[in-house]
Amino acid sequence: MSRFTKEMESRAHQILALYPERRSATIPLCHLAQEQNGYLTEESMIQIAELVGTTPAEVLGAASFYDMLHTEPVGKYVVGVCTNIACLLQGGEELLSHAEEKLGIPTGATTDDGMFTLEDMECIAHCDHAPALQVNYRFFGPLTNDSFDTLVDDLSAGKLESEVPPHGTLSRVQRKHPIAVPLEEIVRHRRDSDAKEGERLAAKAAAESKEGSN
Amino acid sequence: MTDSEKTLKLTVNGKEVESAPGEMLIAAAEKAGVLIPRFCYHPRLEPVGVCRMCLVEVKGPRGFTLQPACYISVADGMEVLTDSDKAKKAQDGVLEFLLANHPLDCPVCDKGGECPLQDQTLTFGPGESRFIEEKRHFEKPIAISKLVYLDRERCIQCDRCTRFAADIAGEALIDFEGRGGSLHITTFPDKPFASYFSGNTAQICPVGALTTTPYRFKARPWDLEQVESTCVSCAVGCQMVVQSSENEIVRYLGIDSEAVNQSWLCDKGRFGFESVSSAERIASPYLNGASGVVETGWSQALDAIAKTLKSAEADSVAVIGGSHMANEDVYTWVKFAKGIIGTDSVDAQLDDGLDPKVVALSDRATIQEATQAKLLILLTGDLREELPILFLRIRSAAKKMGLKILEISQSESSLTGDAAVSLRYFPGHAEDLVDGVLGAEIDPGLYSGDLQAARALVSSVDPGSVVVVGGRENLAGSSLDPERAIAKLLDTLAGAKFLSGLRRGNVNGAIDLGMVPGFVPGRVRLESASDSLKARWKSLPSKAGRNSKEILEAALRGEIKVLFLLGADLVSDFGDSALAERALSKIPMVVGIDTLTNRTTQYCSVVLPATAFAERHGSTTNIEGRVSILGKKLVGFALSRPEWMIAVELAAYMGEDLGFEHLQDIWEEIQEVSPLHRGLSISVLGAPSAKEGIVVPLSASKVQITSRRVLDPIATPGITSVGVSGPPSSSAALPGEADMVFTGEAYSPARSKLLDLLADKDGANPGPEADNFALVVSKRLYDHGVEVLSAKHLSELVSPSKGRVSPRSWEQIGLNGSGLTRLQGNGASIELELIQDPSLLDGVVKVEFDGALGEVSKLFGVESSTNRVKMEKV
Amino acid sequence: MPLPPLKIVSARAKDPKNVTLEGYLANGGYQGLRKAVLEMNPEDVRDQVMQASLLGRGGAGFEAGRKWSMLKKSDIRYLVINGDESEPATFKDHMLVEADPHQLVEGALIAGYAIGAARVFIFLRGEFALGFERVQNAINEAYEYGAIGRDIFGSNFSIDLVLHPGAGAYICGEETALLESLEGKRGFPRIKPPYFPAVIGLYGQPTIVNNVETVANLPWIVKNGASAFTDLGGGRSRGTRMFALSGQVNRPGTYELEMAKNTFRDIIFDPEFGGGLRPGRSLKAIIPGGVSAPWLGPDQLDVVLGQDEVAAVGSMLGSGSIIVMDDSTCMVRAAWRISKFFARESCGQCTPCREGGSWIEKVLNRIESGAGREEDLDLLMDLCDNIVPGVSWPPQQTTICVLGPSIPSSVAVSIKMFRDEYLTHIKEGGCPYD
Repeated sequence: MSRFTKEMESRAHQILALYPERRSATIPLCHLAQEQNGYLTEESMIQIAELVGTTPAEVLGAASFYDMLHTEPVGKYVVGVCTNIACLLQGGEELLSHAEEKLGIPTGATTDDGMFTLEDMECIAHCDHAPALQVNYRFFGPLTNDSFDTLVDDLSAGKLESEVPPHGTLSRVQRKHPIAVPLEEIVRHRRDSDAKEGERLAAKAAAESKEGSN
Repeated sequence: MTDSEKTLKLTVNGKEVESAPGEMLIAAAEKAGVLIPRFCYHPRLEPVGVCRMCLVEVKGPRGFTLQPACYISVADGMEVLTDSDKAKKAQDGVLEFLLANHPLDCPVCDKGGECPLQDQTLTFGPGESRFIEEKRHFEKPIAISKLVYLDRERCIQCDRCTRFAADIAGEALIDFEGRGGSLHITTFPDKPFASYFSGNTAQICPVGALTTTPYRFKARPWDLEQVESTCVSCAVGCQMVVQSSENEIVRYLGIDSEAVNQSWLCDKGRFGFESVSSAERIASPYLNGASGVVETGWSQALDAIAKTLKSAEADSVAVIGGSHMANEDVYTWVKFAKGIIGTDSVDAQLDDGLDPKVVALSDRATIQEATQAKLLILLTGDLREELPILFLRIRSAAKKMGLKILEISQSESSLTGDAAVSLRYFPGHAEDLVDGVLGAEIDPGLYSGDLQAARALVSSVDPGSVVVVGGRENLAGSSLDPERAIAKLLDTLAGAKFLSGLRRGNVNGAIDLGMVPGFVPGRVRLESASDSLKARWKSLPSKAGRNSKEILEAALRGEIKVLFLLGADLVSDFGDSALAERALSKIPMVVGIDTLTNRTTQYCSVVLPATAFAERHGSTTNIEGRVSILGKKLVGFALSRPEWMIAVELAAYMGEDLGFEHLQDIWEEIQEVSPLHRGLSISVLGAPSAKEGIVVPLSASKVQITSRRVLDPIATPGITSVGVSGPPSSSAALPGEADMVFTGEAYSPARSKLLDLLADKDGANPGPEADNFALVVSKRLYDHGVEVLSAKHLSELVSPSKGRVSPRSWEQIGLNGSGLTRLQGNGASIELELIQDPSLLDGVVKVEFDGALGEVSKLFGVESSTNRVKMEKV
Repeated sequence: MPLPPLKIVSARAKDPKNVTLEGYLANGGYQGLRKAVLEMNPEDVRDQVMQASLLGRGGAGFEAGRKWSMLKKSDIRYLVINGDESEPATFKDHMLVEADPHQLVEGALIAGYAIGAARVFIFLRGEFALGFERVQNAINEAYEYGAIGRDIFGSNFSIDLVLHPGAGAYICGEETALLESLEGKRGFPRIKPPYFPAVIGLYGQPTIVNNVETVANLPWIVKNGASAFTDLGGGRSRGTRMFALSGQVNRPGTYELEMAKNTFRDIIFDPEFGGGLRPGRSLKAIIPGGVSAPWLGPDQLDVVLGQDEVAAVGSMLGSGSIIVMDDSTCMVRAAWRISKFFARESCGQCTPCREGGSWIEKVLNRIESGAGREEDLDLLMDLCDNIVPGVSWPPQQTTICVLGPSIPSSVAVSIKMFRDEYLTHIKEGGCPYD
């Protein structure tokens, strides 16, 4: 059963309510589905399509555009080694090769025990810690081969569970507040304040031209 | 002068070009004879400017810069270079990029020979590729539906198919997957590209990425012969080309007719060609006697019929069907039946349409008028199922031009989401709801929806700018209720126009030409037949005749001796199939004239083979009254003959002369006796400039006929030339390609209020009842009709009929999980899978008609004005 | 000698308590917003920003005040904060969102007030998980503090702010791709015209898209006044700027420097900042402003770090990143890696970018791995020419967005600057640095 659980579905509805148009919730809901299942299952995409009012093909079309959304199962920990220019200059490629060796899988694959998926990432904006990597989008670096091994061992041993939640959990902090003021009400406010601003600007312009003519 | 009529001047390669504001540079250049290469640009799709093939130099504040011609609107004084070194370099560069990963499989590609990529490579491209790297690989063609194959290696990511699916058809069942170099078209797993319009994507694909199953490896483009024609699988009248190879049709392609189909076809129309070469075709006349089927010659068969006819009372002869025939056939048969035999019991409808008075005596709207109306009122079946391209036109008008729609129906349709207001009525209460919309009180138990909003909508517009699309949503209910509802709308909203929702191929032409009881050709009541008609016809029926239902009822009473069935498969298509079967077995001589054997042929004592679509010349009339040409591409099958010829010969065997030797004889007479068709001479109809067809009456307004847009071979691969075909023209000079304006003589069908012409409603009309469900039987595009079943690939798309009830009714029946339900009505009982449909009123069950399967039709009798069924969970 | 740094946006970055509301308030937080909504009219805030001549910090360097002034009058208009920082070697926003999330929230709210936004969205790069948690927490706290929501700080100004996660696609940093993504679609940049989201943006409504660092400056500008801001910097480049220094330097990191007052040499070699190269190494090339920018050589170390100054030498200040490459680096490999990035991150819409980008990547990869041919250099230059006619800078555009035209610069400039190194690869059948 990979549709949203009752609790997740209620979170999904809270997310939908944040946007003037529900299709905007597509990517947040894909993240939510990954939080529940670790990756984006077909059933999830069908349900997301129902929730946001598109076709499942459109959800797949959008999701497949983004590197963080996985339509195939991935490991509990997705290890993304940056090999972009700043890390390349500091040994990113060598780190990736070492990671392949340590984990015993080629880049893009998942270990048999389902613990690790190894990815070759584009710049993760941690360049002052090159060579750097992310585990489930949490930063680590700079790394040596030894510190990489320690990291993997710690992850395997469950020592980093408080820092790194399982793959799919983007944020452990949830939004607490629904939209406070409905858009229609805001629009009325803005119309009023725009009108007042118009009056102020007109008065100012009149005053300036009076000053000018004096 | 409005903005759109203003003329702008720009220079393209130093040559002055005229254009209009809003026009895209690529189109303006094309009109001036400068073809800018392109792939993603398609005149019927929103421009996206992604392929970058149309880069040209446009002068701006910073000198000439490269701009995509498909995305730049023309401006006065604009200077454009399409063939400068810089523009050429950019175009060559794009072409080389597109070819980099494109496979070299042209010799085995269906598109080879008509491929814009191949053609433009030959025209503009480099000789040799500098790309020596490994090309991208995908699994070779995958079936993305039963009709369409996708080869992702050939795809150039032009976004045409996906734009069509999302924007035009409104079903994004295909979309791009991935990003960058891995961007490719996909369907969602287990959700195939099952769209009624899928074939269009293959037609507009500028490479061989999308191909259609029925055409795969069938022919090479250079071996094809083609002729222009009009699709008659429904009554929209889509313009298309018929392409054949070795006397077999291999493909239909939509033609870009601005007025009608704007280049699209539905899949039923596009792939229906397979029925022409079906194994079920009738090859020769035969007799069905006690000793079984006996093949016979035409003369024996016709002689036998003529003998029986001569001895029969005029009243005991009847004709049912003909809605699929060409106008010329219709006229000839009407003249034969009404003018020679003297019976008015002639009906092209199978009790599945509307009273011809409503259709023939209202002012007709064109599709364009409907899409540009201030308010469009829908009181008809689901147009996507019945008139698919009309659905596309209306949908697009609602989405892009803000067309306001008021829908009045018994269940949700494909246009409900686009309607400004959508109201539901309880079966049998359309008239009450229309009364309500027009201001009267209505029992709240009989409808749902925002009635106030509907009232406000109607009163906010000038009644003269309203168009009503009227048809028959429910086969199980009496037609009188929707007829009265439509009549009330048209009577009350002065000046409102009517667009027929009748769907059968040429049913509107059949009504125009008198193939209905009470009328003679030209939408003229029988009693008002003109002198010119009387001069041409031997006689006229002495009294008004019967419609299909009345003919069958009379047959039960033994009053019908001879019945002609013109392509009418009564057992499959007549709502009350039990009545049809009982009646047919009581008629001494049933003459079936048809192309295919079907469930009704067994009741025919004589069966005559008719030529099929594309085997004969002629014309047809669409929902707008647009008369357009049927092209002939094939030699008639075996001993088959066109229907008009059969009537002429039958008359001859009776010693009568209908006076026709050629099709043009028929047109000349139609023009003479039918005020509706006056001015529409055969030379006008056959003129190159009239290939979009001509709307009758010509005088309703000044009809401007312009040349159809030049076919864009890149936009519509496969259509390489424009072959003119049609009835042989008379000696009169053909009008040229220039615009022509016809102003025929004044024609207006004299009528009082439509409602006065219709019967009163009889007696009580119950509303919802606790366990007696009101039955709504609706039509589907892929029904179990003989046209679909005899076309190989379409027949695979037919699915079992489903039923629908409201969630409350679902609970009331006690359904949970499975929806399998037993329905009992009209003395019969069937089992059906039900699903929940929140759009339905409680106490209503909506069932899809299943044609030749004949299950659903057991449930209802035509006698009852509202059919009721009892339901229980299985 | 560089001037002592005056910090605006990174002033509180070192204080670990600053990520909470309590810490931020203790550091003087929310005074700018309070002043704006309680003491100023929206047009006054806009005037201040206009006078501050605050240049957009996302990369294009368009003046924020002017951008705001282009906003089409409409009942509904949106503000979207672009926090999709993905330009290689650019990591200033990463630091700002993690170290000072409330500053971002406050700045976004000031901007929302100034332009009368109906709602504010912060589009944050998906890979910034910690940043997301911190900003979400800041938003939660700000709602409770009364800085977001109905009648903020007792004024009659109400607004909601939504934090929206990206999902991993560089192109979403392009503002129209970002809007598409925010609408739940693939991040395909929108074709122009319309040229600016300020006319047609999110959901078809006028929309202002501002970079994280841009709005992070607003609390300070409102609090201290525009003239305090323009006192800093020089020429068109006013205030301070976050520079992200990376590559082969001793002290990579983010440094907030006064605009147009320092040179590349200062930031790379000053012990306070980059601290120079590793012992025995010499400078080979610098990539300023992001990987779409043409590289600079050691002879250009004294170029001043200002928007116009860097543009004057044929490159750009862009996103404020500076990548240092020393003489141990293979230039073919560097160019190849950058081309691989563009090939992977092309959205795929436009042919020249989709096909040209991956073709160039394949050719460079072939040269780097030893299978290059001499004619490949001409081929590369011609492919570049087919993407950017004349391989000009700033590039002529043949595609919808600027990603495609960014492809040629590192290829062309590396061939121009280091042709011999390419030829060595080709002649020796491999990389001399392996």
